[in-house]
Amino acid sequence: MAETHSLQDLRQAAVASKVFVQRDYTSGTICKFQTKFPAELESRIDKQQFEETIQTLNNLYADAEKLGGRSYLEGCLACLTAYTIFLCMETHYEKVLKKIAKYIQEQNEKIYAPLGLLLTDPIERGLRVVEITIFEDRSIGSR
Amino acid sequence: MKNCEYQQIDPRALRTSNTRTSTTFKLPKNSQRLRRKWEVFPGKNRFYCDGRIMLARQCGVLPLTIGLIFITTGLFFTFDCPFLVHHLTVFIPVIGGVLFVFVIFTLLQTSFTDPGILPRALPDEAADIERQIDNSGSSTYRPPPRTKEILINDQVVKLKYCFSCKMFRPPRTSHCSLCDNCVERFDHHCPWVGNCVGKRNYRFFYAFIVSLSFLTSFIFGCVITHLTLRSQDENGIIQAIQDSPASVVELVICFFSIWSILGLSGFHTYLVAANLTTNEDIKGSWSSKRGEESGNPYTYNNIFTNCCVVLCGPMPPSLIDRRGFLPPDDAPQTVTSDTELPPFMSKNDANMCTQGTKELLESMAHSTVIQSTCVPGTPKTAPVTQESLLRTVSITVSPPNRPHSTGCSGRQARRPIDVSCSQKGNKRAALHTHKPMLHVPSPPYSHGRSPLTLSDAPDMGFIPLN
Repeated sequence: MAETHSLQDLRQAAVASKVFVQRDYTSGTICKFQTKFPAELESRIDKQQFEETIQTLNNLYADAEKLGGRSYLEGCLACLTAYTIFLCMETHYEKVLKKIAKYIQEQNEKIYAPLGLLLTDPIERGLRVVEITIFEDRSIGSR
Repeated sequence: MKNCEYQQIDPRALRTSNTRTSTTFKLPKNSQRLRRKWEVFPGKNRFYCDGRIMLARQCGVLPLTIGLIFITTGLFFTFDCPFLVHHLTVFIPVIGGVLFVFVIFTLLQTSFTDPGILPRALPDEAADIERQIDNSGSSTYRPPPRTKEILINDQVVKLKYCFSCKMFRPPRTSHCSLCDNCVERFDHHCPWVGNCVGKRNYRFFYAFIVSLSFLTSFIFGCVITHLTLRSQDENGIIQAIQDSPASVVELVICFFSIWSILGLSGFHTYLVAANLTTNEDIKGSWSSKRGEESGNPYTYNNIFTNCCVVLCGPMPPSLIDRRGFLPPDDAPQTVTSDTELPPFMSKNDANMCTQGTKELLESMAHSTVIQSTCVPGTPKTAPVTQESLLRTVSITVSPPNRPHSTGCSGRQARRPIDVSCSQKGNKRAALHTHKPMLHVPSPPYSHGRSPLTLSDAPDMGFIPLN
């Protein structure tokens, strides 16, 4: 399969560097990452593709933190039960985080690993950065 | 140190030699227990029940808070309720019971929940930030500024660099010196609940103080009613007091509590309605007295919306992943942030493909420096250099682990250093806790700063504080 082949190649590659996409605080404290295309990735990936990935991530996080009927209902219900409901139920935010993890894995398999890149889920970095590991080009097929 | 030699190494040979060298540093694999991340958490927190429950190390007067609540309510149920049920209604102990349960639940949730701690930056990330700071025009002899200005809703907000956590603090985040953690939407460190109050537990805290005001007012009212009725029955208040001395104890406790608790509830209701934190209010961050056009950029300019957002908004997840497993290679050696390197075993079991890659990264980092054949510039190999050098340095320096308790047994609270018994005391604590960059963390953790200087000099140095 194409993806395992490329990931096996990655196993033999060395880490060249890491790029960190920082948070964008212009709209407040909501979780949003900068869509500015880092210079180090210019030779590796299409700008459009990268921006699309980040934008999708931003949309998913916005959905998790969305204020609306559903989140208020969840909050009120939790308050009435003295917040014990958090021990039993999975919150909307947690559900979206699982969706995000799946999306990142998918993106890694389909797009980034064949290009010698690896996206790290921001939750593993405290939602501070999107870490992109750039691997050496040696053992991967010419690009 | 042999690790400083640059040599070209074939990755496959590397992997086999790695397993040999790594076994000299750690126990044989079959006897090594997988450690969880809470065991090497760098902040001053205590963890119980295998990481499920966390508390600040300075848990303050939490036992006193719990004791007072239990004693007062216990006395109320034992001595006042029988009389009141007989004379008035059975709903009195029912209401009292509901309030009591609510108070205890919210108190425990405030104390035991992660307030919104931000995990510290990993060495790579810290190095990247450091590089950006250095590049931002430090042509003068002064050290580069450690603040960053951003625009939020057309308002200029200054982000400060945290020396302990090695990152620029997000807006509204503050570093609590008692807990040695950066906490998001930091409100204050409350000694009464023995924890910081931040983004994740502010709603619990608010529910706690509001329900506690109701409880104390309710008990106060019931005790007054009890003594009044009793003195009418027995023709004298003195006689009534002699018959029910416990009521006087409750009266005294409630009387003194009501002033502070009601005051605190009122204050926090104002903060919620204005979408402010205690920290911001005390510092006057958005006060118009400064002469500039500055208002709170986070408010929705609507009391109802602000209340809904703060109290009923979505519950953010804990970012520190206390119960995740550490990668087995580097667990025993250090307590620095390099143990937070790719936590592939923690969250997503489905990420098997990325696990293998990250495992390789770990083994790479353990080894001697890898020099790439195509030389796209030395800076690109710097992060790997720092990582491997950090491991060597931290192996020689490795500080003693602070003992964390495992299992559910509680520990005696240590004498708190900044305990005060009033709301003003809370404000003092808040002032104390957010002294920004000048706070120097205790020596065992300060060597964690060394990776940022390794790129400049091979010896251990410390970043000079501005």
